[in-house]
Amino acid sequence: MMTLDAVGVRRQARVIMIDGGHGVRSHLNTLGIHVGDWLTVVERAPFHGPVLVEVNGTRIAIGRGIASKVRVDVDGTVTSLVDTANPGRAAPR
Amino acid sequence: MKFVLAGQPNSGKSTIFNAVAGYRSATANFPGSSVSYTVSRALIQGREVDVVDLPGVYSLTSSDTVAGEGESYLLDGGYDLIIDVVDASRLGRSLELTLQLLELQRPMIVALNMVDEAERRGISVDVSGLERELGVPVVATIARRGKGLRELFRTALRHAHVGGPAPARRLDREVEHALATVSSALQESGVKTGVPLRFAATKLIEDDRHFHGIVLGWYPGLEAAVAVAVSDLERAHGWSADQIVSGGRHAVAHSIEEQVSVHGSPSVGWREWLDRLLLGPWTGGLLMVAILTTLFWGVFGVGRRIEGPLVQLFEHVNAAVVGRLEPGSLLATVADGIVMGLAGGVAIVLPYLIPFLLGLAILEDTGYLPRLAYILDSLMHRIGLHGKSVLPLILGYGCSVPAIMSTRILESKRDRRITGALAAFIPCSARSVVIFGLVAAYLGPLWALLVYLLNLGVVVVLGNILGRRMRGSSPGLILEIPELSVPHPRTLAAKTWLTMREFITIAWPLLVASSVVLGLLEWFHAHDGINAMLSPLTVTVLGLPAAVGMTLVFGVLRKELTLVMLVQALGTTDVGSAMTVAQLMTFTLFVVFYVPCIATLAVMAREMGWRDTAWVAGLTTVVATAIAFAGRFAFAIAT
Repeated sequence: MMTLDAVGVRRQARVIMIDGGHGVRSHLNTLGIHVGDWLTVVERAPFHGPVLVEVNGTRIAIGRGIASKVRVDVDGTVTSLVDTANPGRAAPR
Repeated sequence: MKFVLAGQPNSGKSTIFNAVAGYRSATANFPGSSVSYTVSRALIQGREVDVVDLPGVYSLTSSDTVAGEGESYLLDGGYDLIIDVVDASRLGRSLELTLQLLELQRPMIVALNMVDEAERRGISVDVSGLERELGVPVVATIARRGKGLRELFRTALRHAHVGGPAPARRLDREVEHALATVSSALQESGVKTGVPLRFAATKLIEDDRHFHGIVLGWYPGLEAAVAVAVSDLERAHGWSADQIVSGGRHAVAHSIEEQVSVHGSPSVGWREWLDRLLLGPWTGGLLMVAILTTLFWGVFGVGRRIEGPLVQLFEHVNAAVVGRLEPGSLLATVADGIVMGLAGGVAIVLPYLIPFLLGLAILEDTGYLPRLAYILDSLMHRIGLHGKSVLPLILGYGCSVPAIMSTRILESKRDRRITGALAAFIPCSARSVVIFGLVAAYLGPLWALLVYLLNLGVVVVLGNILGRRMRGSSPGLILEIPELSVPHPRTLAAKTWLTMREFITIAWPLLVASSVVLGLLEWFHAHDGINAMLSPLTVTVLGLPAAVGMTLVFGVLRKELTLVMLVQALGTTDVGSAMTVAQLMTFTLFVVFYVPCIATLAVMAREMGWRDTAWVAGLTTVVATAIAFAGRFAFAIAT
């Protein structure tokens, strides 16, 4: 298990847990990031800048501080499994 | 009859609104561009209907203690029908809000908007399937091109008459059980919430702070019932209750999405490539500098070319009109005031204002602003804020009023206060007109650029100080980055016109009137008193002619007035002949920083309270004096 801010570009990760307060959690929820969702990291800004993730076809910029509170699971071997479970959804670009 | 447009941010509500109401509501390609609602009367099939454009809401659950304006309006229920605007390219997420809106049990129809964008992403949605799943009429639209809107409003009109309240969707068993428990407790308590029981129960279980405060404040006995339901639910699922409910909606929304939409392969077009460059770790920053510099040179280049001939024209007009009247008479003074007022508006303000507003509109509509927030996030952290604060600050270059209003997109009060204070320091288009009209025109564009950079430096330093001194949490950046889009020329024109119209109807008469008033004051020699009163500042500290004192007073009404009044006070449109370049520089520096205009102060007081406003006004005056004073000597040394 690792946190979202450590995930490399073009890697997929699955949200395991969102630490942090009710505010942060509900904000991420309303933007479509829930526990169990698959994200793709599209870009990481330099100088400790935000992480750009794609989830369900939407791109969301998440500051490093918040990204470090999102615990994710990265496992290259399940990538194909995701594709069949969510066709076309989380597929890497 | 009243229809309300509701939907998530950036789903195209304002675009639909403008299509029926004429361009009244400013649209932009970033989430949260509408901060308050706009109402307009529209004629649909010969019937007069009020259409309300609400600010976007992601969800009806607020984590804040104050509900957003959009949310309150929806819960208030003073309307006949909800038109839920759904972004077809983000169907799953948009439906999460739709499910909540259904819970309000009001007549509702769905506008499935942006179907063209969905198609480009390889998503096709089965409209009648969605209708079946939701139980309310669905109309496919492409608001940007006006497609499907006639059908949408026809359906709305029909449904408002015939259709009953929308049915609510069931969630999973444990959630339904908890909802039933809380609902019956609510019913027994007899609390009037003004919303359906089930909806109220959901909000209580989700720990909606605002709602909790209202309901439990009225009837504290409910607290225990809610706590029991919540702990049962949390025991069954192992997560916090708010996540279970939100997760439940998420699951239902996505299962609907899967049933009604087919995902093909998205076409990776130029947008994707451009985005890679715009957001790339190294190219992003370079392109940002390039884009902003191009904007600056564009505004200056266009403005200068138009300004020159117009100024000459008005010199002739003034000579022709005033020259015929008896010099020094009252009539000549008034006529001179009117001509100078008109000249200031047409010849000096408009040439720079129009290209400036157009450039800003392009930045807004392409969706570049949220990308700036992404690129500048780490820099903004250095001054104790985060990337989202970039949006109000950039909007501040247009006008401080919407900039301060847009601080509402920030989650924490601390960030809102700091950003609001900083936005007042950003030179708005009126102040830019002074920078362009005086510094760029008489000293050259590089000096004007220097003024902007100096201003930015001051904002960074101030932000740093305020950020360190102010307590409170800054949650960090969470911002949706919308797709890049090609701005529609008609929308750009309409948007520029919206601001221009305000300038013509409000500022212009004020310019002419103030110009006449100044003329009269001079005629009666009343201006000497005010100028003398301000002379310790203007003459002693800043080394300016005493005559500029009055212009600074008028400048508090509207910033363009400083320039126009300067023309009037010095009695010539060729300001360079009456003031040295050093004086022009000092004057501009002072005008850029000192007290924001009345409209800004008013909106600031509303958003941040009088105490903060007075504080900001004081701070701006101190900073303006210090910077202009320093500028006076630095300029003398540099040249």
